[in-house]
Amino acid sequence: MNTIMRIENLKKSYGNVKAVNGISFSIPEGSCFGLLGPNGAGKTTTIEMMEGILSPTSGKVYFRGKKIDNHFKKKVGIQFQSTALPEFITVKETLEMFRSFYPKPRTLDEIIEICSLTDIIDRDNRKLSGGQRQRMLLGLAIIPHPEMVFLDEPTTGLDPQARRNFWNLIDRIKAENTTVLLTTHYMEEAEILCDQIAIMDHGKLLELDTPAKLLTTHFNGVIVRIPHSGLLDFNFENSAVIGDFLEITTNNLDRTMKELLEAKVNLEGLIIKKPNLDDLFLKLTGASLRS
Amino acid sequence: MKKFTAIVYARTMEFLRDKGTFYWNLLFPIVLVVGFSFAFNGNNDTIFKIGVIGESTLGEEAFLNLPSIEQISYDSDKQLPLEKIRRHQIDMLIDFNDGTYYLNNESNSSGLLRIVGEKDLAGFQEKELSGSPIRYVDWLVPGVIGMNMLFSCMFGVGFVIVRYRKNGVLKRMKATPVSPIVFISAQMVSRFIIVILTSILVFTGTNLFLHFMVHGSYLLLVLVTSLSIVCMISFGLIFAARLKSEELTSGLMNLVTFPMIIFSGVFFSLEGTPRLMQQASKFFPLTHFIEASRAIMIDGAGIVQILPNILVLSGMTLVFLITASVLFKWE
Repeated sequence: MNTIMRIENLKKSYGNVKAVNGISFSIPEGSCFGLLGPNGAGKTTTIEMMEGILSPTSGKVYFRGKKIDNHFKKKVGIQFQSTALPEFITVKETLEMFRSFYPKPRTLDEIIEICSLTDIIDRDNRKLSGGQRQRMLLGLAIIPHPEMVFLDEPTTGLDPQARRNFWNLIDRIKAENTTVLLTTHYMEEAEILCDQIAIMDHGKLLELDTPAKLLTTHFNGVIVRIPHSGLLDFNFENSAVIGDFLEITTNNLDRTMKELLEAKVNLEGLIIKKPNLDDLFLKLTGASLRS
Repeated sequence: MKKFTAIVYARTMEFLRDKGTFYWNLLFPIVLVVGFSFAFNGNNDTIFKIGVIGESTLGEEAFLNLPSIEQISYDSDKQLPLEKIRRHQIDMLIDFNDGTYYLNNESNSSGLLRIVGEKDLAGFQEKELSGSPIRYVDWLVPGVIGMNMLFSCMFGVGFVIVRYRKNGVLKRMKATPVSPIVFISAQMVSRFIIVILTSILVFTGTNLFLHFMVHGSYLLLVLVTSLSIVCMISFGLIFAARLKSEELTSGLMNLVTFPMIIFSGVFFSLEGTPRLMQQASKFFPLTHFIEASRAIMIDGAGIVQILPNILVLSGMTLVFLITASVLFKWE
């Protein structure tokens, strides 16, 4: 697969704060690339440097092997984390205004159909709900038939229903062979949508791989979770205290259970689960994604 | 061009549909003009104002020294006091150098003064002038419209762009192929259309029942108004170039607009104020708009007489635009 976008040793400092501290990766054309990290990890700074909105302190951004130039903006679609829309004008008028900015825009009908905007098309921008607003902003992003779209936390703050609807929209865009770069707080979202995941924290890249590979590399077996009250004296291999629970990662569930029974641990509240990206995230960053 | 008209349309709709702002822009100046016309409608004729040229040859007991008469001395150039008689600003002019006195036959005070002065001015030659009075409201209307223009231009472009910067509209624009020049000039054109139409509407609306004095050309009046609007919008753009905080912008804009309104002669004439203040007022676009439009309306000035104002306004516009474009940043 061709690489559509590549960043090399990207850095951004604000005074002494290194918001992004030397990250590199490349994104294959037509794939969905997820950028994950807790709040303040540097996701938005990274994505905005890739969009050409922020200029990096150092490092390089390549789009199709070339440094990004003026034509870049005609080829990509961008949805910021928070965007105010001009007030007192309708969704249709907003779309028409943005359509006028591009040489070969999608038709209004096409945008309405892809982003399910029919019922809100004549509504004032100020009167959109969170989910409607995100659909509309995605509509703006796909106007130029973009080769790549940048979506910065598009589903943050949406209810589960609206979030699932939004995933369907992203699937439609992916089906057109559009490359998607997505930042998110939601592991489930990343697992469902993304072909590749980069996890970052404190401005650095911690891991980069497919969701499945990341899990097999970091987890060998299953996780046993028990309320830790009264358990702190015991020393289990591969265990960690997370919140009110002790989590033991094991590839021999039989032996772990026996050990727990022998230690006369109260098994009330015990959970056995397959590790997911949330667990990986906790393991890597020591912080919950949503905290 | 398509981009440009699309932004102009969106911004104009934003203004027109924001009913509160829209009516405020329209009603505020009307209320002000009408209010002032009532407030200052009282006749000042209870005291006669008499212009005097040369040393009085009349005795101590003469009518000139009555308590209800105010004397104003002028130098030997009669042009100014004669114009003041025509405009009912003084009631009589007595020139002791050549023994002539002047009255305005359209003024109510003339007949009375002729009788009062009959004895003292025996032997003087009487000359009659004519002309209708300038009411305060005739003089005020260019000032109020100018003030409204200043507010609308500064806050409607400068302030709005700062708000766009703060809430991310500018950032969204930066992510499109639209250049800052196209975006900003579209904002300017939209505001220009709004301000010129509001000004014309306010003028014609109040003119319906106040019947202003317009001795000069309406076309020239529209030209001066248009140039002044462009100049004021450009001035507002300097504030919009970098600032991020709406509060700071609003504070700074008030800080500059209020002195301008006070010292540009909106409500009172700058004649008689300290020289320094008069000179400082020359730096304000509003002063030049008011001077030029009053000259056109009241004195019937043509383009030649107001050329200095036009040149200064054009120069200022150029300086403001260059400054704003050098300073401008999307974010």
